[in-house]
Amino acid sequence: MIHFVLLISRQGKVRLTKWYSTYSKKERSKVLRELSGVILTRGPRLCNFVEWRGLKVVYKRYASLYFCMCIDPDGNELEILEIIHHYVEVLDRYFGSVCELDLIYNFHKAYYILDEILISGELQESSKRTVVRSVAAQDSLVEAAKEQTGSTISNIIAHAAK
Amino acid sequence: MNPFSSGTRLRDMIRAIRACKTAAEERAVVRKECAAIRAAINENDQDYRHRNLAKLMFIHMLGYPTHFGQMECLKLIASTGFPEKRIGYLGLMLLLDERQEVLMLVTNSLKQDLNHSNQYIVGLALCALGNISSAEMARDLAPDVERLLQFRDPNIRKKAALCSIRIIKKVPDLAENFMNPASSLLKEKHHGVLITGVQLCTDLCKVSSEALEYFRENCIEGLVKTLRDIANSPYSPEYDIAGITDPFLHIRLLKLLRILGQGDAGASDCMTDILAQVASRTESNKNAGNAILYECVETIMSIEDNGGLRVLAINILGRFLSNRDNNIRYVGLNMLMKAIMVDAKAVQRHRATILECVKDSDASIQKRALELVYLLVNESNVKPLTKELIEYLEVSDQEFKGDITAKICSLVEKFSPAKIWYIDQMLKVLSEAGNFVKDEVWHALIIVISNASDLHGYTVRALYRVFQASTEQESLVRVAVWCVGEYGDMLVNNVGMLDIEEPITVTESDAVDAMEVAIKCQRLGLTTKAMALIALFKLSSRFPSCSERIKDIIVQNKRSLVLELQQRSIEFSCILQKHQNIRSALVERMPILDEKTFSGKKAGSLPTAVSTSSIIPCNLPNGIGKPAAAPIGDLLDLSSDDAPPAPVSSGGDFLQDLLGVDLSPASAPSGTSQSPKTGTDVLLDLLSIGTSPSVQSSSSAIDILSSSHDNKAPVSNLNGLASHSSLSANATSPASSAGMMDLLDGTGAITQKHEENGPAYPSLVAYESSTLRMTFNFSRQPGNPQTTFIQATFTNLSPNVYNDFLFQAAVPKFLQLHLDPASSNTLPASGNGSITQCLKVTNTQHGKKLNRLEACWGSITLSSNHFGNFEYFGQGYIWHV
Repeated sequence: MIHFVLLISRQGKVRLTKWYSTYSKKERSKVLRELSGVILTRGPRLCNFVEWRGLKVVYKRYASLYFCMCIDPDGNELEILEIIHHYVEVLDRYFGSVCELDLIYNFHKAYYILDEILISGELQESSKRTVVRSVAAQDSLVEAAKEQTGSTISNIIAHAAK
Repeated sequence: MNPFSSGTRLRDMIRAIRACKTAAEERAVVRKECAAIRAAINENDQDYRHRNLAKLMFIHMLGYPTHFGQMECLKLIASTGFPEKRIGYLGLMLLLDERQEVLMLVTNSLKQDLNHSNQYIVGLALCALGNISSAEMARDLAPDVERLLQFRDPNIRKKAALCSIRIIKKVPDLAENFMNPASSLLKEKHHGVLITGVQLCTDLCKVSSEALEYFRENCIEGLVKTLRDIANSPYSPEYDIAGITDPFLHIRLLKLLRILGQGDAGASDCMTDILAQVASRTESNKNAGNAILYECVETIMSIEDNGGLRVLAINILGRFLSNRDNNIRYVGLNMLMKAIMVDAKAVQRHRATILECVKDSDASIQKRALELVYLLVNESNVKPLTKELIEYLEVSDQEFKGDITAKICSLVEKFSPAKIWYIDQMLKVLSEAGNFVKDEVWHALIIVISNASDLHGYTVRALYRVFQASTEQESLVRVAVWCVGEYGDMLVNNVGMLDIEEPITVTESDAVDAMEVAIKCQRLGLTTKAMALIALFKLSSRFPSCSERIKDIIVQNKRSLVLELQQRSIEFSCILQKHQNIRSALVERMPILDEKTFSGKKAGSLPTAVSTSSIIPCNLPNGIGKPAAAPIGDLLDLSSDDAPPAPVSSGGDFLQDLLGVDLSPASAPSGTSQSPKTGTDVLLDLLSIGTSPSVQSSSSAIDILSSSHDNKAPVSNLNGLASHSSLSANATSPASSAGMMDLLDGTGAITQKHEENGPAYPSLVAYESSTLRMTFNFSRQPGNPQTTFIQATFTNLSPNVYNDFLFQAAVPKFLQLHLDPASSNTLPASGNGSITQCLKVTNTQHGKKLNRLEACWGSITLSSNHFGNFEYFGQGYIWHV
């Protein structure tokens, strides 16, 4: 089981946090502080696993962002690397060559996508196409609803103008 | 509110925050935004609710408080539109966690959404439930989720499957409801549903043995077939990763097979063919393939024995270890840890490679490899492996030294073929990394040295040599100082020379020099200096020729700013000057320390717990030489030798108290309480400057060992004993209060005085629970209105006897609280007797503030694992356990 997912920039800024196990607010900020200290300072050619408080943190750097997932000590670290890559590839497909700025301004979309990949800390879908399609379908539902309200407002304005 | 005049857009806010150059600027922007959002919340603005929540989520991610937005999430979830619900659920998962009560309010909305006609809304609800559900919610909504496992759309089925995992983890009783629907998910073709279905079955097996049996009987063949199909499937672009179709599904199937095969030969037999196929045919040049191999090897190692498969698995491990990729080597080492239980010989073959990994530049790999080496060591290879590790210790990183020394020490202790080898290795470790070892390590070494009587001379000479070379490593210095103090004569006279030793000429004054260095060295800590002082004191009788010089050095420390050193030197010089007749008896060699007591204590406590290091040092010496602190007490009372003897009845307790032994039930039997009688005698003897030198002699060095921890308590208590005056609120530890109260009983308790005054207020049952009743009786002395005496009576209502009773309390600042000792520390069961304890509350602002106990809080300890806190405000007591 994945206990939490973190996206941390090279400067130590938090870009996304998702907690599947229960951590209080205090614990959360402690985790963030400790882990960004450990992970950001690790050298480039070292392995992607850090043992931390009896758990394991698997991290991988993509451009300026570190993707970290924390798992139980008996979890499969190599598989987690694949899950991280899976997520990154979906992000890439969705945004079209994703960059950190996409994830800053559209952080909620990054969460929506993550929610289509993981639930309760377990993998939900191994097909990137299915994930992208599902998020896109929900996006279009939102768009449709917006247009509807937009048209109601313009109706009101039209009424008021009469 | 006019929809056209609103605050900034989300994008603008993010831009504004990113544009901030300083943290203060950022705070200002966030404060402004938060104020606007709060205002919008107060106005119940609906149009921008979702935008405000999105902003709050961003602000939350930056680490600012956003609790005021929690209710907004609920409102959005309760609204009808999909966009509102989508952002509402996201906010719910982000801003709340399962412990917040607000979450309970959402259960109803969740229930409605789980039954919504729009499948995407159902999906949102499942996702939120799966991520943050509490046990209560899980119980309430389980039937809905169970139903959704058969929903027509596979996207909902897979979400429901993962949601079920959370539910059965929170409420394992519900597992049996999910068994049947879960097993039908295994027959699906859709990969998402299969993956989640397999995962659900795996987790069901973990929480319910019934489920495990069920799947074992019904599903193994199907699972093997699914794995075979997927392993043999042709290229499918949708699921392909590095030429393998859906490695995630592979891994999950292997994991479930492992659980089903464990401990069941028949089931294991069913899967051997496919495991062999996966292990031999999976491509290992990409990470995805290795992930599958990793899982497969683990499954092979866990299921029932099959020789051929295990060979295959060990070969894969060998390949992993020689891989250049650090990740692969890491997991290789990780797996070898498991393999060692199954096939230790095969792992031994990789010993050289593993040792190389200990020296890797990567801390994660070092750690793994070190653990593995630790497991690999046995009687036959302990010597070469220890040699390797100690050599490595010299070059290892600072932060790794602690780990590695701990491992070496424990190996050396466990497998040592001979005492001399043990001592040699420990000296090497201490001289290399003595600053990294825990206290118990050098304590253990001292005990071994003490027991190896034929090696005393050898050891003290070896230590002296290393000490001359360097005083960098403090724990080495301590051992050296201790040994010189004990065996200084052997050092000078070359007693017990071994053949392998080079002769060494040390004069008596050289040895004294060494101790002086230790006392004067700035770098060394108080404990070391105190030990050196004792060593000098001991040498004073061993080296009569140097006794004047030793006296000088001791006298110099009389002016030490460190109380501990000052006190010791005053005491020692007092003995040297006035009590020559007992000196030689006092400083006799320590009796042989009891190894069993020490190792028993060590085994009784958790090996890694931090607490051990603080408990053992005081327990260890105390368990062996009881009257550790006695000479100090003796010295304090030198002027009044006729001080009244301590009450005999409680000598055992009191002694324990003096020694600072913790009274936990585990340690008590092995400690002093076994022989309270002898303890008392010794105490009495010592108090009247007794004549039992054999016991006394052992004391001083032991005292050093505990000096850093507890020597304050005994001194203060003895002071109290001598003067009978300051028996005040010294109820800081169960031990001290216990000892003191007995003293009080014996010498006319203050307690009785208060009772004469009669209650001025009605007595009050301050607290009552199923285990304990606490009653307060109030009284006041005429002419002293600001002071109230409270007599607390504790009655045990449970059938258990509580031995470690301790009552502690605190009051607001304007009051002063004096706690007299309790009448006993043993609370008899079922109300057969009670404990009374007097509290004296003085109102420092009498007249200004009401003279009554407005508030009082504290804790009551009944035994080591049974204690509670209470708070009292105004009328009622609130009890927390």
